[in-house]
Amino acid sequence: MNITTKTVDEIAFLARLEFNNQEKESIVNDMNKMLNFVNKLNEVNTDGVAPLIYMTNAHDVLRPDVAVATLTQKEALLNAPKKDSDYFKAPKVIG
Amino acid sequence: MKNFQSIAKVQNLLLQQKTISCVTIVQQYLDTIKAHNPTINAYLEVFETEALQTAQTIDAKIANGEQLGSLAGVVVGIKDNIVYKNHKASASSKILTNYISIYSATVVERMLEQDAIIIGRLNCDEFAMGGSNENSAMGNVLNPLDITRVPGGSSGGSAAAVAANMCLVALGTDTGGSIRQPAAFCGIVGLKPTYGLVSRYGAIAYASSFDQIGPLAHTVEDCARVLQVIAGADAFDATLAKTQVPNYTKDLTLNTKKNIAVLRTSIEHPALDPEVKTAIVNKLQDLANAGHTINYVDFPNIDYLVPTYYVLTTAEASSNLSRYDGVHFGYRSPNATDLQTTYIKSRSEGFGTEVKRRIMLGTFVLSAGYYDAYYAKAQRVRRVLKNEIDAILATNDFILMPTTPSTAFTFGAKKDPIAMYLEDIYTVLANLVGLPAIAIPCGVHTNTMPMSIQLMSKAFAEAELLSFTHQISTINNN
Repeated sequence: MNITTKTVDEIAFLARLEFNNQEKESIVNDMNKMLNFVNKLNEVNTDGVAPLIYMTNAHDVLRPDVAVATLTQKEALLNAPKKDSDYFKAPKVIG
Repeated sequence: MKNFQSIAKVQNLLLQQKTISCVTIVQQYLDTIKAHNPTINAYLEVFETEALQTAQTIDAKIANGEQLGSLAGVVVGIKDNIVYKNHKASASSKILTNYISIYSATVVERMLEQDAIIIGRLNCDEFAMGGSNENSAMGNVLNPLDITRVPGGSSGGSAAAVAANMCLVALGTDTGGSIRQPAAFCGIVGLKPTYGLVSRYGAIAYASSFDQIGPLAHTVEDCARVLQVIAGADAFDATLAKTQVPNYTKDLTLNTKKNIAVLRTSIEHPALDPEVKTAIVNKLQDLANAGHTINYVDFPNIDYLVPTYYVLTTAEASSNLSRYDGVHFGYRSPNATDLQTTYIKSRSEGFGTEVKRRIMLGTFVLSAGYYDAYYAKAQRVRRVLKNEIDAILATNDFILMPTTPSTAFTFGAKKDPIAMYLEDIYTVLANLVGLPAIAIPCGVHTNTMPMSIQLMSKAFAEAELLSFTHQISTINNN
């Protein structure tokens, strides 16, 4: 797999990021280096090995089904870059 | 710089001899911070008024003969990715510069309950991504032992603050060595606990199956005392083990003979500085002379550690960092015109270069068509590595390794991202397999910088790990 500026554009959109042309050149270069580096993993035989997904043996960790108020609306809105008294304010979605 | 040296010594002066007040202790730390922080840049913010008020409350409790917590008089700095209610927490990122936390991390709550004094928040690599503190949006932290060198990272501010006596202990987070590597570079002790021992509630997430909060301190004993307070089940972190937390300080002097495994590939690695290698070999000889058994074991997969780590952590990071959307909290770009550009511009202007690089790789390895080849493959390799390490620890008490391939490097020395990532070769293993590991000082290099060794144990065997490293550190000091 070779990363091109087209790949960077596609991945950047998925990640909701953008890069100017100069940054793009260096990110193409960095990602190719990083992929080349991680391609090394293909040397490890993992036939029949299940992926390790959970780092603890805990299963079905549940709490009693009781509603608890942990944050007030005011607290939840405290750090919103734009808000009114009750809502987060986002820009218009449909023009 | 006034050095109170250890929790036991501070508490002896404060509580037994009563020759110093808590306010005086805090004032001395504030004076040290004022003298050195403008150069070192470890603190992003100092909670001066509040720390002095807390100290007054503790002095009043002492005067009234009230029961005090186990961390009374202990001045603590917290890494800027651990939240404290009504205080800023920026993870050293532009995107969170003005973020004020609306809750406290469980570790912060527990430290405060035990009468610790939180004196400020400490610089780090942005979102804990880095090994030199050069990725902070708030400027470099300088190594207090040599200001031309990096303090390590990502908990660089935490290590520098302890080393420069700007706090007695600090909290950091460790995803691939971010507590142990800066502890090594600054000549102090750093502990990464077993995954699932310390609540991650209130730690700003980087890679959730790797992240753990832990202490940085002058001594192993102080790490044990802090771990005692922060460890254990918490309703806000479902990954925590429900087992009883043992007493970490009770058996620190227990002296039993141990089986210590050494991965041949770790000390024969071409990246290892020859002087660091000699220091390790000498240490192994000392341990053998003291009656411990050293077992050299094969571990051919050492060069797959860092690649596995980078696939998995960047994937988890790309998911965790999707929450920064410019809408709910954090930076919103003034250049956005609609919802889509609000996301794109806020994130692109708010995140630094290394964070964006990792989000990009993480998004790529999780994307359709590449998921199995990269992400699932790395998860399989992670299991292979865990099985191998578990097998070694089935017949050994500890694995001993260098903490870092070399001593603290100079600023700008690791310009290539891969060269920087390879600095983590000895530390990522503990996070990949979820085991506890501690870095302790091991002599001084001819370049004048401290060297460090690392010991890793079985899961939840911190009591044994702390006891053993306490003893070998005490030998160091004699």
